[in-house]
Amino acid sequence: MKIHEYQAKEILRKFGVPTPRGVPCFSVEEAVKAVDTLGGKVWVVKAQIHAGGRGKGGGVKVAKSRDEVRDMAEKILGMQLITHQTGPQGQKVRRLLVEEGADIKKELYVGMVVDRGTQKVALMASSEGGMDIEEVAAKTPEKIHTVFIDPQTGLSDGEADKVALKIGIPQASLPQARTALQGLYKAFCETDSSLAEINPLILTGDGRVIALDGKINFDDNAMFRHPDLVAMRDLDEEDPAEVQASKFDLNYIQLDGTIGCLVNGAGLAMATMDTIKLYGGSPANFLDVGGGATTEKVTEAFKIMLSNPKLNAILVNIFGGIMRCDVIAEGVVAAAREVHLSVPLVVRMKGTNEALGKKILADSGLPIITADNMGEAAERVVAASKGKN
Amino acid sequence: MSILINKNSRVVTQGITGKTGQFHTRTSREYANGKNCYVAGVNPKKAGENFEGIPIFGSVKDAKEKAGANVSVIYVPPPGAAAAIWEAVEADLDLVICITEGIPVRDMVEVRDRMKKQGRRTLLVGPNCPGVITPDEIKIGIMPGHIHLKGRIGVVSRSGTLTYEAVGQLTEIGLGQSTAVGIGGDPVNGMKHIDVMRLFNDDPDTEAVVMIGEIGGSDEEEAAQWVKANMKKPVVGFIAGVTAPPGKRMGHAGAIISGGKGTAQEKLAVMDACGIKVTKNPAEMGRLLKSVLK
Repeated sequence: MKIHEYQAKEILRKFGVPTPRGVPCFSVEEAVKAVDTLGGKVWVVKAQIHAGGRGKGGGVKVAKSRDEVRDMAEKILGMQLITHQTGPQGQKVRRLLVEEGADIKKELYVGMVVDRGTQKVALMASSEGGMDIEEVAAKTPEKIHTVFIDPQTGLSDGEADKVALKIGIPQASLPQARTALQGLYKAFCETDSSLAEINPLILTGDGRVIALDGKINFDDNAMFRHPDLVAMRDLDEEDPAEVQASKFDLNYIQLDGTIGCLVNGAGLAMATMDTIKLYGGSPANFLDVGGGATTEKVTEAFKIMLSNPKLNAILVNIFGGIMRCDVIAEGVVAAAREVHLSVPLVVRMKGTNEALGKKILADSGLPIITADNMGEAAERVVAASKGKN
Repeated sequence: MSILINKNSRVVTQGITGKTGQFHTRTSREYANGKNCYVAGVNPKKAGENFEGIPIFGSVKDAKEKAGANVSVIYVPPPGAAAAIWEAVEADLDLVICITEGIPVRDMVEVRDRMKKQGRRTLLVGPNCPGVITPDEIKIGIMPGHIHLKGRIGVVSRSGTLTYEAVGQLTEIGLGQSTAVGIGGDPVNGMKHIDVMRLFNDDPDTEAVVMIGEIGGSDEEEAAQWVKANMKKPVVGFIAGVTAPPGKRMGHAGAIISGGKGTAQEKLAVMDACGIKVTKNPAEMGRLLKSVLK
């Protein structure tokens, strides 16, 4: 689960990480009012969308008067902000963060993720803040310093100071950096984050260390113990088809191809997409119906796939283990009838009660194309999507 | 022979009183030698009762001492699953197979850390995995038993249904399996490809191995390097996710390309360079394996 910058900063503040003072705003009027609340002479108006790269896309502006704040809020609020993470259609800006300006002396980077190799939380820090950290990692890996944190003892003062020095924090500001780094780690653990990033972490002219930006993603598996965090979810930022799918416990990700896939199991779903590509087609989605594919779930899955205007064929690939093929076949037939399926449908079923399942498909009278293995299924669905049968 | 489990394994089900635990304990018990293998269940509130004749104990320790359990299978729901793993580790079982999907990563980080710091010998398979099966001997997990055939091919995979796909293809062309191991799709787990590969290498009854991976992490690359240096048997491989876009989690928490790392192309290239025959067509896994047998 992802949250906005202003929400991430609220969390960071709670764990002692200094951030600029700011006010989240949902209208231009609120943005103008924020000027009075914050005081000062310089303000930053920041678009709040879940994607990164907002500055480059024109979603972050510095204002030096009340009128400028109004002007910028008017421009940013409601715009389709296009960044390298939003796709060409961009993302509509519905929220703003108005913050006090900061006196930036140095821009640094700190981030945390769970490292699979060591099975520990990894703190990554770099003197190259404000930039795309993946680019820094690719071009100058020596500028990224990593500390693997012991889950029992946490980030020690010594470790924090050592990494702070490496990224260019002066001796006098070490206590401030320690507070920020240890606060970030605490926030990461206690909110069950999967990623927490401050880019940039800045050093101000007077030696303070402040989180100028904040990005936190949570571990979906842990959200059952964080109702307060779940309340921060902003459905406007998520793909409507994916949101709809999650209501039915379906795992759906829209892609840009034309062939819909309905598969049980994540690995087999990916492999099915790969096979379609191998035979010259392109997958329209990833869709894992999971272990218990009921008629209701399969019907909903068909509806979600069909909501994609690019879709021109569907491949159902089921390896029936615990799930019986006859049950799946009944679900597919019922779903195809209910949605008045208008695109070619190829079904490959394998496993328990396979013959019975195939008979149900054949007896349905629906124009379902069947296949015996994944290769054959992919070949047939690709041909069907190109109008050849 | 086989790896990890055989007809002499004695299994305790943690979560035997839940719907999932009951269903899969029942079907596993019906498979091959299951009647003798499934000796205990655990539920602190129902100690002294039984599930269809399988005695329920108050703790894993009791199940070990009183029923001789040396392997545990876990169906406990996510909030309590990591604690269930730790209970089995503390009881010093040989092996813990955790089927549960959806355990918070932080819980796994903590339990893995404790296992390592205390130098525990208990092996962990999973979580979020289909389990382990030695055909015609014992099935521990949620895989369909009937697609398997006893034989000499080892299978190791992060994904459930893709494992079934590989097994199904092998069985179809008459190649049986020594043991099939699903190591699970979570980022922080127990045994990795490399650990299972070591066991297959030492197993006299495993002749060749199918290794199935997916995008995310670098476990497959590490296993491939090990294979190049140590493996005495042919290995073939497939990696799912050539078409997966970066930054999107493909179902499994661990299946995500992040920071440009963990792509299928990269993994396939390393495996190929390490002498593992790879295919980009998952429908060809069985035939590819057959082509490397002497």
